[in-house]
Amino acid sequence: MTTLEPATDAAQDNLAALESEAIHIFREVAGEFDRPVILFSGGKDSTLLLHLAIKAFWPAPVPFPLLHVDTGHNFDEVIEFRDRVVEKHGLRLVVAKVQDWIDDGKLEERADGLRNPLQTTPLLETIAENKFDAVFGGGRRDEERARAKERIFSLRNAFGQWEPRRQRPELWNLYNGRHRPGEQVRVFPLSNWTEADVWNYIAREKVELPSIYYAHQREVYQRDGMWLAEGPWGGPKPHEEVKELTVRYRTVGDGSCTGAIESTAATVEEVIAEVSASRLTERGATRADDRMSEAAMEDRKREGYF
Amino acid sequence: MSSLLRLATAGSVDDGKSTLVGRLLYDTKSVLADQLDAVTRASVDKGLSTPDLSLLVDGLRSEREQGITIDVAYRYFATPKRSFVLADTPGHVQYTRNTVTGASTAQLAVLLVDARKGVIEQTRRHAAVLSLLGVPQLVLAVNKIDLIDYDEATFAVIADEFQSHAKSLGYQDGTVLSIPVSALEGDNVASKSDRTPWYLGPTLLEHLENVPVAPDPHDAAFRFPVQYVIRPRTPEYPDYRGYAGQIAAGTVRPGDAVVVLPQGLHTTVERIDTPDGPLEEAGAGSSVTILLADDFDIARGELIASAERQPAVTDEISAALCWLSSKPLKAGAQVWVKHGAKTVKAIVEELNARFDEQTLSTVGDPESLQLNDIGQVTLRLAEELPVDDYKLSPRTGAFIVIDPKDGDTLAAGLVGERFA
Repeated sequence: MTTLEPATDAAQDNLAALESEAIHIFREVAGEFDRPVILFSGGKDSTLLLHLAIKAFWPAPVPFPLLHVDTGHNFDEVIEFRDRVVEKHGLRLVVAKVQDWIDDGKLEERADGLRNPLQTTPLLETIAENKFDAVFGGGRRDEERARAKERIFSLRNAFGQWEPRRQRPELWNLYNGRHRPGEQVRVFPLSNWTEADVWNYIAREKVELPSIYYAHQREVYQRDGMWLAEGPWGGPKPHEEVKELTVRYRTVGDGSCTGAIESTAATVEEVIAEVSASRLTERGATRADDRMSEAAMEDRKREGYF
Repeated sequence: MSSLLRLATAGSVDDGKSTLVGRLLYDTKSVLADQLDAVTRASVDKGLSTPDLSLLVDGLRSEREQGITIDVAYRYFATPKRSFVLADTPGHVQYTRNTVTGASTAQLAVLLVDARKGVIEQTRRHAAVLSLLGVPQLVLAVNKIDLIDYDEATFAVIADEFQSHAKSLGYQDGTVLSIPVSALEGDNVASKSDRTPWYLGPTLLEHLENVPVAPDPHDAAFRFPVQYVIRPRTPEYPDYRGYAGQIAAGTVRPGDAVVVLPQGLHTTVERIDTPDGPLEEAGAGSSVTILLADDFDIARGELIASAERQPAVTDEISAALCWLSSKPLKAGAQVWVKHGAKTVKAIVEELNARFDEQTLSTVGDPESLQLNDIGQVTLRLAEELPVDDYKLSPRTGAFIVIDPKDGDTLAAGLVGERFA
């Protein structure tokens, strides 16, 4: 959420410290847990997470599978990217499809068509079914006020719930991964990264991202002040006028609530320059689900969301 | 100079910590338009005429309802000179444990006092905790200076009292700075106030940007807890056996003589590996993979250390505990101790003393340690651990105490005699 600027020497030291901390966290989980999994959506934070995991265990393979909670409202480019990355690194991918839960009658489609809020149940049930005991997420504390309170090792009860008043103190770099059967620990190696750090590190390490993070031509229509693309989430409606614009995405999530921004930034350097001039946070700009109430993120985290 | 400063705030309730942190974020332009809009809307809803900056940081529903900070939160801001990670800790007495949490990694702590109240019990308690944990730099922010009409004499009395308290805790001159501020009005936070012409020192932000951060002493003895053994067994790397971890102290170079503890195996470092290529030298804080000259069987939890300067290997340690749990500690308790990458069973053999932060003296043979107490104890371990005195090597002198029943973190532990 801080101003983005091309990384100076001092910032490079900062990136090295953040990288080292994240690698330490990955190895700690590998040493202490039986069945970890990395949440992977193909977005920039989870792509960065995977990049760091690969570095943490090099030259051995990453000892965890990936888990994608698939809302069914995806951008084709992101799914293509996801599958290519999994293939390239010889990883195992578990996909939990929200559509399957809807088809089973366990979840009901919302009137507004948003599927991000529907992810929690498939996530928790897939964790339980696979007996995952540690779940890596790409959450950063700078994203949101409730996330600022999150521990790096965050214990969730048998219902996957977060209880902010009962968090374990986290001292030095001694992470406590103890949990009872049925409980799980959410792990956030990117906790101390800011959006600026993420982009500067992506530039430094030449991390490939889905193409939709960079400027391209797309047909979009305006809804609730956001530019949405056509898709299975019910748009455009007859009165919603479609325009072809040069856009890119600042975050990648469910297509029903992730908006594009008008942009000509086609390279990492141009993205860094653009974001540094922006007066909006990445979520404030393009994520409808966080606007639903003042405590939307906190409430979803309490239920078991990331 | 280090580009990153880790700092913690401390202070008692209602002295304006959240407002000060909100002010730092606001004045460093770390708050973007949509965040400020949200705060402005919420402030209007509360009937306020100006944005309540504390709402930028009090993120939980119950915090906003009660107007207090409940849990430690981490904030990020940056200036062209430095990046900052700020652990924002609550001031309520029952949450002192969060001050310990925030301070365990802090290189500087900002203690707030209300200029109308001066140094109070909680200030002394927090300063003692910060000293115990070895936080090298302190700032006393004498807040609400506007409410005492920017009075120099009152500020001087508070600053003098705090300086002498800090001195008795072991803080040398040059490590403690007092600044008159108004978090609400912004005086001396990011910009110099013309309402305190008598104050000649830096603003809070200037000080944070320029304060020297004591680097890890380059001559510290090498310490490397083995976190994970990397054995690819791939066609490309059939015989690779690397010990992965984060260097806890000192530096290492290929050829260095090392010892693996507690086994006591002697060997040399063959190679320091990273995915970006091997290194000629690696220092504290770096996550690396070490390959040794001899093919020993070494497991997670062991320590690779300088052969010339070894830590003590012992199954009985004397340590200070900051007790962070509402379950009291009594002698004879069975616990887990996590030190480096090793977790061992332990028995608390004796409670030797309890520290009184008010009088800075110790009370012998306490019955128990209660929430927020600091005590000196003797621990007997089920297995030997290689430990250093916390004062000499914090990362290998620190441990956490875990409840074997529910896995809760009970205490912060510091090896060695912490108070005479």
